[in-house]
Amino acid sequence: MISILQRVQEEFGYLPEAALSSVADFLKLPPSQVFSVATFYDRFYLTRRGDHLVSVCQGTACHVLGARSILETAENCLGIKTGQTTPDYKYSLQRVACLGSCALAPVVLVDDEVHSRMTVRKIKKLLTEDLD
Amino acid sequence: MDMEKSISIPSMEGYRIGTVESLRLLRETLIAGEQTTGKLVSVCCGSGCMSSGSEHVREAFAREIKEQELEDEITVKKTGCHGFCERGPNVIIGPQNIFYNSVTEEDVPEIISETLLEDRVVERLLYEDPVTGQKCLYENDIPFYKKQKRIVLKNCGIIDPTIIEDYIKVDGFRALAKVLSQMTPEGVIEEIKLSGLRGRGGAGFPTGIKWETARNAPGKEKYIICNGDEGDPGAFMDRSVMEGDPYSILEGMMIAGYAVGASQGIIYVRAEYPLAVHHLSTAIAQAADLGLLGRNIMGRGFDFEIKIVKGAGAFVCGEETALIASIEGRSGRPRPKPPFPAIQGLWGKPTVINNVETLVNVSRIALNGGEWYSKIGTATDTGTKIFSLVGKVRNVGLVEVEMGTTLREIIFDIGGGIPEGKRFKAVQTGGPSGGCIPEELLDLPVGYESLARAGSIMGSGGMLVMDESTCIVNIARYFLDFAQNESCGQCAPCRLGTKQMFKILQDITRGNGKPGDIEILLELSDAVKQASICGLGMTVPNPVVSTIRYFRKEYEEHIHEGRCRALVCRSLISYRIKDYRCKACMKCLTACPVGAIIGAKWQVHEIDQSKCIKCGTCMEVCPKRFNAVECVTGLMEGSGDKSE
Repeated sequence: MISILQRVQEEFGYLPEAALSSVADFLKLPPSQVFSVATFYDRFYLTRRGDHLVSVCQGTACHVLGARSILETAENCLGIKTGQTTPDYKYSLQRVACLGSCALAPVVLVDDEVHSRMTVRKIKKLLTEDLD
Repeated sequence: MDMEKSISIPSMEGYRIGTVESLRLLRETLIAGEQTTGKLVSVCCGSGCMSSGSEHVREAFAREIKEQELEDEITVKKTGCHGFCERGPNVIIGPQNIFYNSVTEEDVPEIISETLLEDRVVERLLYEDPVTGQKCLYENDIPFYKKQKRIVLKNCGIIDPTIIEDYIKVDGFRALAKVLSQMTPEGVIEEIKLSGLRGRGGAGFPTGIKWETARNAPGKEKYIICNGDEGDPGAFMDRSVMEGDPYSILEGMMIAGYAVGASQGIIYVRAEYPLAVHHLSTAIAQAADLGLLGRNIMGRGFDFEIKIVKGAGAFVCGEETALIASIEGRSGRPRPKPPFPAIQGLWGKPTVINNVETLVNVSRIALNGGEWYSKIGTATDTGTKIFSLVGKVRNVGLVEVEMGTTLREIIFDIGGGIPEGKRFKAVQTGGPSGGCIPEELLDLPVGYESLARAGSIMGSGGMLVMDESTCIVNIARYFLDFAQNESCGQCAPCRLGTKQMFKILQDITRGNGKPGDIEILLELSDAVKQASICGLGMTVPNPVVSTIRYFRKEYEEHIHEGRCRALVCRSLISYRIKDYRCKACMKCLTACPVGAIIGAKWQVHEIDQSKCIKCGTCMEVCPKRFNAVECVTGLMEGSGDKSE
């Protein structure tokens, strides 16, 4: 079921409720089971995501080097809380447990691009100036 | 993403390795056909260096060489992670094997003209020892690498992880050939037992015994699963191996399959590692093309297939039974053991689940022998272990050392010690399941039991170094936050215990700690440890218990004095501008990310405590000669910051 959900999410960018019901029909399972799996895993989104996904790593190495402040600055700049999407659907902000780039902590991922050795100032610049 | 085909030698198209002998022939042909000048530019393209721009560097080399028409003389290749990510992009120039750090596109023409064409060194790109000032020419001279014994990481940084011929040239699949043609399955298991190899995922279970159990379990259908769900925050060794040497993993899996009697392999990779997924898929496709995966491998009647399953973002899926549930399409909730996966695993069949590092060790052991391996390391902990050395240490990166090496050697000799003249405080090993080890125990040799006795665990090998500016209570709280998020929720001790422990730690870091909190934490820890179903719950209390054991004073300072000596806990510190030193230069005002500083060009600045997020930027940017910003603690007047 998980690979089906991954494929569906690739198509729509997230998992709309209607899609989950369709998957349940297809697999001949009660919708509750599909919802159970969809809500269990962090990387399944049940609400529409923004065009750009900003992931701030909160792994150990990043944490020790100030990842909290970077996440909060990101929240401030985008005007949303972690886990939310901006009203114009341009950006979604999320925290990630660990991206495995610990040597370059703190790390922020914007879509597929890795930004390393981030600081409060750099994230502010990145989100207010460069993304446009 | 396009699958890169292994057709670097045109005559290889359609070639299949049908026998053990033809593998040997192919290897010899490839080595003989190597470009004779030996002039080689190896650019590290692991995730770390990539984010520092190594892809651009590689392209610049290719471009320049083409423009100067030197393609026949000089080869450019990309390699996997060298482990020294901090100094990336890293480039090695052959045949001299000179190691250049932090190479940029602008350096490329000079490297070509000086080193490749004139055999001269570009001094400024060499590694410089921060203490002695000495420059190092070769990788093995650099203190970071000198004490390492790179057995698992042997090929990372040498081969192009997307070209199977590279792997074959360095004895790739030779272990598999040996196993298939000269050994029985039982013989392989004996060899692994002799080596003393223990699971590198964290639990340290003897691999040979796990395989034997699976082999003896009834049933024809068996599985080999490679656990690539490296979820420990701060650990990235499996990622580097999956990206930099995927073929070794395939080989290890096939040897396991032969020994156990399985013909199906699955690599479970976490979704956060797209490059690893890509390289593994490419490796599988290339191996299959050459006939090294599929039916009747090397004509020895052995069938094996491997497929990749991606995770979906759940730390708990690193636990064996949760991982199996995930592959079966269910939520990743662990189940009690026994029955163990080796007897009843995926789809109820005997399944061997091995960590990435364990499987690569298998390839090496199969080639060199169990006895060779048993002589490395110590009697109880043989072989090597890769540690990801991160945090407050000079040389951050991946370190592979013999078991029995002391923590002091790893952190100071290899790691280069603590930067900025700060003092070592503790090292956290084993990620969220591990514990903190203080200065007095730095001479502890790394090993499964020695670390457990000190209150920690080996775990996957994450090693977080902390200095005096790290708050130990904050670290405990951080790990509980993580565990609480990732707990699958099915058993009460873990679900409720982690929540309560987190809440107490949160209160302590917010200045709301109460006398008796420490005792409650220890009591809860005991309960959660004993009554949880799986390893996650059983080890979750470790960071708390070990930090209380060695740093109780800091907890007490937080609770009774409202003091955070490391100046980290936001509710217990405040940033203030010393009005007698402020020159109203506006630097902090402009830099403040939340606009919390009030002032103007000729008006002494002041920090609005209600807006301040305690990021410390103001202190960072205040010119050293003014030194107008200070951070204080112990005043018991937090800003009521509930965001901690």
